[in-house]
Amino acid sequence: MANGLYSERVMKHFRKPHNLGKMKDPDGVGKIGNRRCGDVMWIYIRVKANRIADIRFQTLGCAAAIASSSILTDMAKGKSLEGAIKITSKGLAGELGGLPPVKLHCSVLAADALAEAIYDYYKRRKKPVPKGLQKRHDTLKERGESH
Amino acid sequence: MIYLDHAATTPVAKEVLKAMEPYFSQMYGNASSLHSPGQEARKAMEEARESVAKLINADPDEIVFTSGGTESDNLAINGAGFHVFARFRKEGKKPHIITSRIEHPAILETCRHLEGIGFEVTYLKVDKEGMVDPKELEKAIKKTTILASIMHANNEIGTIEPIGEIAKVCRKHLVLFHTDAVQTFGKLPIDVKKLGIDLLSASGHKLYGPKGVGCLYVRRGVKLAPQAHGGGHEKGIRSGTENIAGIVGFGKACELAMGDMKKESSRLENLRKRLVREVLKMPNSRLNGHPTKRLPGNANFTFDFIEGESLLLRLDSRGIAASTGSACSTKKLAPSHVLTAIGLKVEETHGSLRLTLGRQTKGKDIDFTIKAIREEVEALRKMSPLKR
Repeated sequence: MANGLYSERVMKHFRKPHNLGKMKDPDGVGKIGNRRCGDVMWIYIRVKANRIADIRFQTLGCAAAIASSSILTDMAKGKSLEGAIKITSKGLAGELGGLPPVKLHCSVLAADALAEAIYDYYKRRKKPVPKGLQKRHDTLKERGESH
Repeated sequence: MIYLDHAATTPVAKEVLKAMEPYFSQMYGNASSLHSPGQEARKAMEEARESVAKLINADPDEIVFTSGGTESDNLAINGAGFHVFARFRKEGKKPHIITSRIEHPAILETCRHLEGIGFEVTYLKVDKEGMVDPKELEKAIKKTTILASIMHANNEIGTIEPIGEIAKVCRKHLVLFHTDAVQTFGKLPIDVKKLGIDLLSASGHKLYGPKGVGCLYVRRGVKLAPQAHGGGHEKGIRSGTENIAGIVGFGKACELAMGDMKKESSRLENLRKRLVREVLKMPNSRLNGHPTKRLPGNANFTFDFIEGESLLLRLDSRGIAASTGSACSTKKLAPSHVLTAIGLKVEETHGSLRLTLGRQTKGKDIDFTIKAIREEVEALRKMSPLKR
């Protein structure tokens, strides 16, 4: 059931999130957000043959944050790393049937958390980080959003 | 649905609805008309005025009907302010108003507006339980102080302010005292004469009356500048054809409150105590507001490692209606000004949950709610990456 603020899809993912919980020995972890502004998201990935073989999340946040994390894991699973990096906040919000304007930042956090997890994977494997991803990571660090 | 948001609004009591019904299309007269239908309406309105006045030991002619709490607050602050504004300006002085940081936006925004046009306002701090210190208020009084406005009880954290002491301080310094009693009217005993209150705001829909009606108590002798000009209704302070059906409903609601206030407030207090005791058994949870000097039916919690909006929506799916002071639940994404004023860190305000009990709340509802809160907080904490 939709509620006045959120779409039906947001409420569905919020009530029964997909791929929820910690991952044992992940290949990469992305940690985004801070408690002061509200939401904290951690995304864990397992990478096999350059593809996201498994993905899980832990989120402290509002319904939009939890739903954005959940839909992100659905969309990223099975994608190549290059493809996964291209998932945008707009794409996430679209898949959720839209988010209220004040909640759009939740989808931004989710997309950034995945990018950070992929960045972490490259770093752990000591692989060269694509230019765009490095820049994105640096910006997030600067803003104090990445941890 | 287990409705635990009575501080937001209450259902109209069936006796109230019944009393109102004839005043829409049978007895529809304008209370200003001299003919019988008009006089019939006037009589109903004056009877309601008596019921409202009786509830706070006021005289009926001291009750001005308004559209509700916000209008009453505006009328009190603006009315008292503009009554003296021209004289002060002539003398090159700024009228000074004292209020607190935890007032309802209807007070705070009105004060901010007045600041913008040449008033001076002091916003008193409160302690970590939400109490205003009457001594601090006395210290803030200066020669130009015209009005102090301190709420009777806070709508978010339930803390009951020492308005008797504050009224005494104000009287001593010849400063008008207004109190926003929207949350206590009909719930706690109020005697405006004994307490020495000059102005008091109340609202119908918080005590099982209809929305869109309320009143301002104006002590005889207190002068206010009218805020709605027109046909001179309500002693010229608030013009506009009276909302007779609403006023009749408000009067009936006051009558009912008068009858069951004592019993109902102790019943609610017992239920709230049980709720608080059981919920606080969970680790990393706290009660906001004063532990004892609080509205009988108000509980306001902070739970660490969760977001209030998520908890609210999960409880809603289980049929429990609650409220939160979390920034995430507001349009402005700003945390509750009350929770920050009592010293909560921004991150702590995110995990707040307010439950306000009322007439239809039963013991079994509280038991169900305790269980649901425990389970949902636990479930959300499991989702959280932060430590538990």
